[in-house]
Amino acid sequence: MSDIQLPNSGKSPADEPDAGRTPVRFRNPGLPAHRHRQADVDPRAAKRAERQVLAMLGLSAVGSIFFIVAYFAFPLDGTFATLQVSNISLGLGLGAGIFFIGTAAVHLAKTLMPDTEMFDERHPQRGTEAERTDAAAIMVQGGQESGLGRRPFILGGLVGAAALAPLPAVVLLRDLGPAPGDALAHTLWDEGVRLALDPSAEPILASDVTIGSVFHVIPENLYESDHFLDEKAKAAVLLMRVDPDVVDVREDRAGWDVDGIYAYSKICTHVGCPVALYEQQTHHLLCPCHQSTFDLTQHCKVIFGPAKRALPQLPISVDDEGYLVAQSDFLEPPGPSYWERG
Amino acid sequence: MSTTGTNAYTPTSRTARLSAGAADYLDERIGAARLVKGFARKVFPDHWSFMLGEVALYSFIILLISGTFLTLFYVPSMTLVEYEGSYAPMYGVTMSEAYASSLNLSFDIRGGLLMRQVHHWSALIFVAAIVVHMLRVFFTGAFRKPREFNWVLGVVLAVLALAEGFTGYSLPDDLLSGNGLRIIEGVILAIPVVGTYIVFFLFGGEFPGESIIPRLYILHVFVLPGLILAVIALHLALVVAHKHTQYPGPGRTNDNVVGFPLLPVYAAKAGGFFFIVFGVIILISGLVSINAIWNYGPYDPSPISAGTQPDWYIGFVDGLLRLMPGQPEFTIAGFTLSLNVFLPSLVVPGLMVVALLAYPFLEQWVTGDKREHHLLDRPRNAPVRTGIGVMAIVSYCVMWAAAGNDLMAIAFGLSINDLTWLLRFAFFVLPPVAFVVTKRICLSLQRKDRELALHGHETGRVVRTADGEYFEVHEPLSETERWVLVQHEAYRPLAIPPKKHEDGRKVPAHERLRANLSNFFFEDRVEPVTPRELEAARHHGDHEAIEQPEGREAERRELGSSV
Repeated sequence: MSDIQLPNSGKSPADEPDAGRTPVRFRNPGLPAHRHRQADVDPRAAKRAERQVLAMLGLSAVGSIFFIVAYFAFPLDGTFATLQVSNISLGLGLGAGIFFIGTAAVHLAKTLMPDTEMFDERHPQRGTEAERTDAAAIMVQGGQESGLGRRPFILGGLVGAAALAPLPAVVLLRDLGPAPGDALAHTLWDEGVRLALDPSAEPILASDVTIGSVFHVIPENLYESDHFLDEKAKAAVLLMRVDPDVVDVREDRAGWDVDGIYAYSKICTHVGCPVALYEQQTHHLLCPCHQSTFDLTQHCKVIFGPAKRALPQLPISVDDEGYLVAQSDFLEPPGPSYWERG
Repeated sequence: MSTTGTNAYTPTSRTARLSAGAADYLDERIGAARLVKGFARKVFPDHWSFMLGEVALYSFIILLISGTFLTLFYVPSMTLVEYEGSYAPMYGVTMSEAYASSLNLSFDIRGGLLMRQVHHWSALIFVAAIVVHMLRVFFTGAFRKPREFNWVLGVVLAVLALAEGFTGYSLPDDLLSGNGLRIIEGVILAIPVVGTYIVFFLFGGEFPGESIIPRLYILHVFVLPGLILAVIALHLALVVAHKHTQYPGPGRTNDNVVGFPLLPVYAAKAGGFFFIVFGVIILISGLVSINAIWNYGPYDPSPISAGTQPDWYIGFVDGLLRLMPGQPEFTIAGFTLSLNVFLPSLVVPGLMVVALLAYPFLEQWVTGDKREHHLLDRPRNAPVRTGIGVMAIVSYCVMWAAAGNDLMAIAFGLSINDLTWLLRFAFFVLPPVAFVVTKRICLSLQRKDRELALHGHETGRVVRTADGEYFEVHEPLSETERWVLVQHEAYRPLAIPPKKHEDGRKVPAHERLRANLSNFFFEDRVEPVTPRELEAARHHGDHEAIEQPEGREAERRELGSSV
């Protein structure tokens, strides 16, 4: 390698004409002399290594047997105590059974198999000139024999047909799911739908919501839905009551709350985690996934984090029996943003 | 051909006769002799860092073994059932069959929890080993010609491994895995134009629907592992075709490979190492609990726990999602463009993959070096590449740390908002700092190598000459010791061409770009000691300062002040 010209040769001391007999670059001194291991020269050391390998194989056998015994000796009954005993002993047994085979093999290789290093020659990936010429000739001949060069219509037809052939496979996937339509914009909330506790679906009396309290809420009719998880993923609501004076006045939302009881979508407008943490003192809502922070006193506007939009508010009122009900659906789609959302 | 071989060798014992017979049978049917002759004594160089790729390969095999066991009991269905297994706190709870069968695997199948934990631990180790293996390949320049394609295959494997990990994470259908899917839904929804459609096709309708688990299942147990196996086969076939790289050292050249033969030494070591990796993973799985799916219950879109974390390898995307401020979401002509989600979750990771794929080709274009390289670089001898690598590690770590900003804020009693702002700045400030510092350290190490090669080891013996001069005696290096320090080449930067040739023709922009990049890479460099420099050093006496060849000292001063 000492003769190789540096690829980006600027002026280099190595390229200058040689002053004396000193070589331009150092020579590779070759492999250092082989040093024998103890087991190579001392039969007792070799014997010791042999015994060590055997001992490891013995430990492996012990481990495997221990695993089998433990499997039958430690039944499970659904408690963590039995689960722990079983898992630890099965893990130790099987682990030892396998691990010590490995150490035995490696120890054998390192102490008792020859450790003299060997050489292999490398050959460049590039073929010889003759091979390359032959290969090129074969390709050209193959191209000519195929006749496609002389019959361009067949080639064109082939390319066209081959390009079209995968399209049925794409079409075939069409029924993977329905078109979105406006499904994401609608939830179970509607005029008169009662706000109910998550997960019991018991309706909530407005009088039970004291200042400072917070409720996880679902529509009362959630479990009547065929796909209640799909509906819950859009309709989950967080209900909080604060002193109405701390909340900024917004004329367009007058009458959306019930005497300081506010209902907001619980689904984060970032990527859809539940905004489940409510700080009572600051009136902040925090999404535990990516820490988007919403301020209840500013109608759940984003005050920190990666979300852009405020949490949609659910307009609520009280029905004849004193239960909280929705005035309508959300007036904008809840949850993460999507292209057609507008 | 093979019969001459068997004729020449006359077996004596009964065992020898039997194996000779078997060998003859195989050779006449599948050409075993040629295979054995071609491969069995193939030489593999030995170095601990070459085991990193092995760890990745072996953890994949362990994933196949443990995963097969799990499929015997796991039910990939989102049909709702009432749990009736033996874990009392969940008794009677409505949950998907997927989650119920995962609970059964943990509580009612003996060894089931162990296998679940083996599977999860080896998945974490699989991705970790791939990453560390890639770092080794990057920092030693093992991606250089002729191995560029194998680097590309490696990047493909890393991406497939992430996909495989994520699909698996979602299968138990517990609260955490469902929340992970919810985030993926949000991320896909943010893709402009087609996002909503992709979500509806992927989930078979609205999130979560009833199709996603069986669909992820077939990807996880069939499509992705099949692809990974195929790419691994190609990856290893190319390793065999190229022969393994080796570190520089006495006797090791670009035209040879020095090490141990496949049979018996390498087979015993590598085979043994498989059992060691397998054994260690089982021991960890027996002793350290992971993904306790019974803690939070079945998936429900409403509850969540604070401090949720994805598996480590998805952490950097999660961290980017946390770092990105929300402002860049726009409504244009009635459509929503959610760059606050699309950029960090898809665009940046996509660019990272493109950068990984492109690097070997970029470096080759800059150096113009079209030779085959089988001797590895010592990272210090490629200061800019090493700097780029460390810069990448640091930016990755900032993103990764951001995924734990809530936990760090709690642990250190910090405001999470301040910490997030700190990490946002760190994302832009730390990587360039890391680059400069790493490059300077590399150059310093190279200078240290030069000093060592020229002067030898310090002995601590201080001698006074008759003239009253004091000096420390240096012990010269042995030839083999010196070789490692002087064997490499230092590229020189291209001269930056003027904007126009003398005859008025314009110099193409790509030529100027290449020259500029070449200067970025190689302007600061330390050349290895030449025999003549060593001779000069000896001539002046071991204790004296070595004069650089003409012009070099000036250059070094200049370099020292240039950064």
